[in-house]
Amino acid sequence: MLLSKRSFMAGALGGLAFAGLPFEAWAQSAGGGTLVIGSTQVPRHFNGAVQSGIATALPSTQIFASPLRYDDKWNPQPYLAKSWEIAPDGLSVTLKLVDDALFHDGKPVTSEDVAFSIMAIKENHPFKTMLAAVDKVETPDPKTAVIKLTHPHPALLLAMSPALMPIMPKHVYGDGQDLKTHPANLKPIGSGPYKLVEYKQGDYYTLEKFDKFFIPGRPKLDKIVVRLFSDPNALLVSTERGEIHSAPFITGVRDIDRLEKSQNLVVTDKGFEGIGALNWLAFNTKKKPLDDVRVRQAIAYAANRDFIVKKLMGGKATPSTGPIAPGSPLEEKNVEQYKFDLAKASKLLDEAGLKPNADGVRTTLTIDYIPGGDEQQRNVAEYMRSALKRIGINLEVRSAPDFPTWAQRVSNYDFDLTMDTVYNWADPVIGVDRTYLSSNIRKGIIWSNTQQYSNPKVDELLGKAAVETAPDKRKALYSEFQKIVVQDVPIYYINAVPYYNAFAKGLGNLPTSIWGIASPLDELQWVTPPKT
Amino acid sequence: MTLLVHLFGKLANAAALLLAVLVLNFCLIHTAPGDPVQVIAGEMGGASAEVIASLRAKYGLDHSLIEQLFTYLHNVLRGDFGYSYYFNQPVLGLIAQRLPATLYLALASVVMAVVIGTLLGVASARRPNGLFSHAVTVVSLAGYAAPVFWTGLLLLLLFGSVWPILPVNGMSDVVHPKQGIAHLLDVLKHLILPSATLAMVFVAQYSRLARVNMIDVLSADYVRTARAKGLPESVVIFKHALRNALIPIVTVVGLQFGNLFAGAVLVETVYSWPGMGRLVYDSILRRDYPTLMAVLFFSAVLVIAANIITDLVYRLIDPRIRAGAR
Repeated sequence: MLLSKRSFMAGALGGLAFAGLPFEAWAQSAGGGTLVIGSTQVPRHFNGAVQSGIATALPSTQIFASPLRYDDKWNPQPYLAKSWEIAPDGLSVTLKLVDDALFHDGKPVTSEDVAFSIMAIKENHPFKTMLAAVDKVETPDPKTAVIKLTHPHPALLLAMSPALMPIMPKHVYGDGQDLKTHPANLKPIGSGPYKLVEYKQGDYYTLEKFDKFFIPGRPKLDKIVVRLFSDPNALLVSTERGEIHSAPFITGVRDIDRLEKSQNLVVTDKGFEGIGALNWLAFNTKKKPLDDVRVRQAIAYAANRDFIVKKLMGGKATPSTGPIAPGSPLEEKNVEQYKFDLAKASKLLDEAGLKPNADGVRTTLTIDYIPGGDEQQRNVAEYMRSALKRIGINLEVRSAPDFPTWAQRVSNYDFDLTMDTVYNWADPVIGVDRTYLSSNIRKGIIWSNTQQYSNPKVDELLGKAAVETAPDKRKALYSEFQKIVVQDVPIYYINAVPYYNAFAKGLGNLPTSIWGIASPLDELQWVTPPKT
Repeated sequence: MTLLVHLFGKLANAAALLLAVLVLNFCLIHTAPGDPVQVIAGEMGGASAEVIASLRAKYGLDHSLIEQLFTYLHNVLRGDFGYSYYFNQPVLGLIAQRLPATLYLALASVVMAVVIGTLLGVASARRPNGLFSHAVTVVSLAGYAAPVFWTGLLLLLLFGSVWPILPVNGMSDVVHPKQGIAHLLDVLKHLILPSATLAMVFVAQYSRLARVNMIDVLSADYVRTARAKGLPESVVIFKHALRNALIPIVTVVGLQFGNLFAGAVLVETVYSWPGMGRLVYDSILRRDYPTLMAVLFFSAVLVIAANIITDLVYRLIDPRIRAGAR
């Protein structure tokens, strides 16, 4: 097996060299091969229509196609929809579907399937605001779908991304069973570049090229195997050894450093702008003395973002200064930076009436963090303890044994300060608003407005921006929102989580769009296949 | 006949014990903070009160704990272990997929630990104060004292990175799947590191135990008689002495099964071995009660079964017990 493959390659190379073709030309035309991805994220199932998160998005975007896809500059590109048109009043969007798209079971993709999927996602997807504006989807002909909206909804374009809007065959998923527990979520049928052929629960899953994929000549790879690791060290070692060709979602500084040293790997942090994971310090704004904005501002001035990002995180993370993730076209950089300033911090605390006692202590507070991610969470919490000591705040670090314990505390407002990581999910309406809208203060629900932050002006701005179709005006509304929120400090922004991807050097057309590896890998290919 | 009565008694005991395990598991798990609906709602990125209420109703979490406990016991007695909140599958199916891998790992480790430990013990008993004997003591105690996940990581780095000759993840080569004998060899190759890691903890105990017992037995009269008869040394050691020295080891093997499963959880995590260990870990993080309770239940079944089997084996190698001394 081993020998025959090598000798075949040698033969092919020799023949081409003889024919006078340059090596690159041969390499570019060569398709096929197997890609092995290693991940520590175990998917619940494979249907992104009813499940958010990157564990499901990775396979779901290979198996299901969506109306649109995105490049690395936030521009929508045709996918299942060859064209899309927004009505001047912003109340309907017309999609023209490609003619020859088929599902894995051979049936054609029609506007009926699109209509069914959009309504099913609205009904079942965790992100309720994503399609809340959709009233119904009309299907004038099999290749035209018209999405009718109750109010303009500019977030819809990003909501049609592969990670958020998988188009499901109605004849499979529309059989009346509850979509969240549908058996076909584990045996999915989509129209994407790869089909699922095997899932060994908790061990690996195998995706195989779909021969009748609607984009000619794609996908380039024959097979993708995703191997599930329970220990990040084993994943690193296997990647260094070349047994794993792609390791996505690596966040540890030392891990990134180590992989960057490897001769056989390309390591990049491109391709996660869409997900926009922010790492921040949140305040319980209803609890004394944190209900005073000056106290929160003082804490922000006493924390040294530069030190955290450059030293604690080894320079691998990108600093973030506001609620919209760096890299998003809507990010406003011109906000209060809270440059490290202890004198200012102390002055603010004095003004707020927090005078130091005989021991120099002004007040005692606690800080929580999400267990499991030490570099992004625990280390920063520990750092904050020493940082706040300098302005006379005694900060106690409270650890939680596991995620549910932490979530219970924070969602029931049993906290003073907490570290947190929250995703933007491309459009503010999908992933940002939930943290700030006063209507989203919902006890018991993690990643709602657990800061209990409430500012009528912010509510108004977010409400307007959600329905504003003119890009410039929308951007201006979000700019104002960002400035206010940063000034009010319900949250002190620290950094964007450094998600790194390691790829084997022999791979070409790396997935660097805003959705990274959570988008179809139909162009990814072996330029220099690995020796087996 | 006495054997049957004895076995029956043991099984009745086991049934009572398992019932206690079920109730205790239920209580312990439900007193932990956080609940599954919270995790699911969190992953949804926020859910309305109605969604939360409907999730609670769906999983029966809206009833009182006592009611939930009796429903659970009732279902389990009918063989229904429920539906995993998190993995959206019947729990029994999940466990059936994972159990074999854990069993392979546990059995391979036990066999490895007993064989290597006993041989080392026997060898060092021959010259209890020799250099070899001391070396065995030091090395095996080091293996015993080191936490198993740490030894696992070191072995992983050694044989995965520094001297990359062994696979370090999973149970088989999934890129080039093999069939028949080749598949079996592939699985065995993947089994080497995890089982060696787990065995290391137990080698120390067995070698110490074998050494002490062998020293004891080798000074017994019947050994001297055997030697006086002019039997070859190998026959004296392995046939006359070892058989008697083995009895305490078998006892300990049975008692150690609980520890073995606890260790397996950690080893499985290090080597991504697709057994029940990873399932336990994921279910704890998700407060996936049905899965967690079923995994604990089946672990208890395995440990109890191991104890009953030990008891039977014990009777097999020690005729004195068979005669009804106990």
